[in-house]
Amino acid sequence: MGVQIHIRDKSFRKGQTTVHALQDIHLEIADGEFVTVIGPSGCGKSTLLKIIAGLDADYNGIVEMNGVPIQGPGTNQGFIFQEHRLFPWLTVEENIAANLSLRDREIRKKVDELIDIVRLKGFEKAYPKELSGGMSQRVSIARALLREPKILLLDEPFSALDAFTRKHLQDVLLEVWRNKRITMILVTHDLDEAVYLGSRVVIMKAKPGRISRIIPIHLPFPRQRAHPSFQEMRQNVLKEFETIEAPPLMEGLGI
Amino acid sequence: MDKTTMTARQFLVRKERVGRIFIFKDDRWKKSLKKGATHAILPLLLLVGWQLTGMLGTVSKTVLPTPLDIVQAFYHLAVSGELTTHLKISVFRAAAGFLLGAGLGIVAGIAVGFSTKTEGVLDPTLQMLRTIPHLAVAPLFILWFGFGEASKILLIAKGAFFPIYVNTFLGIRGVDAKLFDVARILHFSQWKKIKLLILPSALPNILLGIRLSLGAAWLALVVAELMGSTEGIGYMMMDARQFSNTDIVFVGIIIFAAVGKLTDSFVRLLEKRLLRWQDTYKGSI
Repeated sequence: MGVQIHIRDKSFRKGQTTVHALQDIHLEIADGEFVTVIGPSGCGKSTLLKIIAGLDADYNGIVEMNGVPIQGPGTNQGFIFQEHRLFPWLTVEENIAANLSLRDREIRKKVDELIDIVRLKGFEKAYPKELSGGMSQRVSIARALLREPKILLLDEPFSALDAFTRKHLQDVLLEVWRNKRITMILVTHDLDEAVYLGSRVVIMKAKPGRISRIIPIHLPFPRQRAHPSFQEMRQNVLKEFETIEAPPLMEGLGI
Repeated sequence: MDKTTMTARQFLVRKERVGRIFIFKDDRWKKSLKKGATHAILPLLLLVGWQLTGMLGTVSKTVLPTPLDIVQAFYHLAVSGELTTHLKISVFRAAAGFLLGAGLGIVAGIAVGFSTKTEGVLDPTLQMLRTIPHLAVAPLFILWFGFGEASKILLIAKGAFFPIYVNTFLGIRGVDAKLFDVARILHFSQWKKIKLLILPSALPNILLGIRLSLGAAWLALVVAELMGSTEGIGYMMMDARQFSNTDIVFVGIIIFAAVGKLTDSFVRLLEKRLLRWQDTYKGSI
């Protein structure tokens, strides 16, 4: 499912002043595309994701899914948070099923399949406190996939993980994307991750949050991080990133 | 072992290893015996000291009977069947009052926890009533409901109501707002939101409320029975005091302590089973 984003303005009041979180965001995402969004903190990239998820409806503009305005959270949009946000009182399989019944044979089958895909066999009955960070995040990925979303929204999902686990989960995500053709929108502040996963990298800048540039990544999957063409792409994104990164930092310091 | 690289097999092995403590019964016995001994050291020392003071005759028996006197009084009361009659009626009163008070407390706590409107209407009044001491309202209760069971049970219910009300309210308001976002994303129905998110999250507080309410019910029972009654452990103590049978007063105190501890242990067992998922500091050493 494609997403058409036209946000004129998204602002909120912070004490006496009005903060413009987003301004003039126009972005068309095609069905089955993998878009990564990168930008400095405070550029509104998480806010953008929340708007697409239907968690935030307080903005000027229109955001549509295949031409239908987004009214609120729905089963079409899956969301993966930065922290795993599992229910601590439910086991792994109960967390994946959550409000769906494990006694339903159809659901049971799908849950077992997903546990296989995210490689958590043997941990079905474990509580979140018994899992590592990477395992917990895999559970939350399975939880999102069980609802068979048309769009998966990911808010810095791997930022709290170590490099090895991150690389592994990125590959799991790519596998899911290629098998199920889900539209993916992933927010990150990891340059490598943005280039490794995205068919387009959207670079945002802060104050107010807006799109600085969109760089298409014409590299075949699976991508080789060490390959010269990958490094070249990375340089392109980095160059653009550096032009926007410096000034807001100075402002932020009050210089 | 690095958790990230732990395989399912290793996990199972680890579980098994933890479970093995329960396979070797000797180990478990030794452990619980050791634990029991640690718990008993201080009370035993106190008892011995107490008995010695009494035997040396430094304190009059009407002021402080020795532990052996108390055991003897306990034995006589038990054999004559007097103790069971008193205990039965006391337990009935405490249970009825607790069920009434705690039941209403949970309902009120949930109602107020869920809606700010109900909170605005109910909470200020309830907080005001909460601070009124039992002794202040006991005469009124007797005036309104007579010397029968009604006034006693209501007084106990009043005691049991507030701890669980306050804690249930607190538990519901303490649910992680981030998990509410998850519930919205996953399209939880109102009922699933309560069943899967709010109640489990509030459960530690609700159980604590139950423990405190049980204690409060027991406390109110004493007040109710001391105020005016013809049976019950409280009455037995009151009666014994008038005839300077201090040993019987001690029997009453010990029974209150024992039954109180027993019910508390039961709730703690419940806590252990229901809150297995909790990942909190369990204390060390």
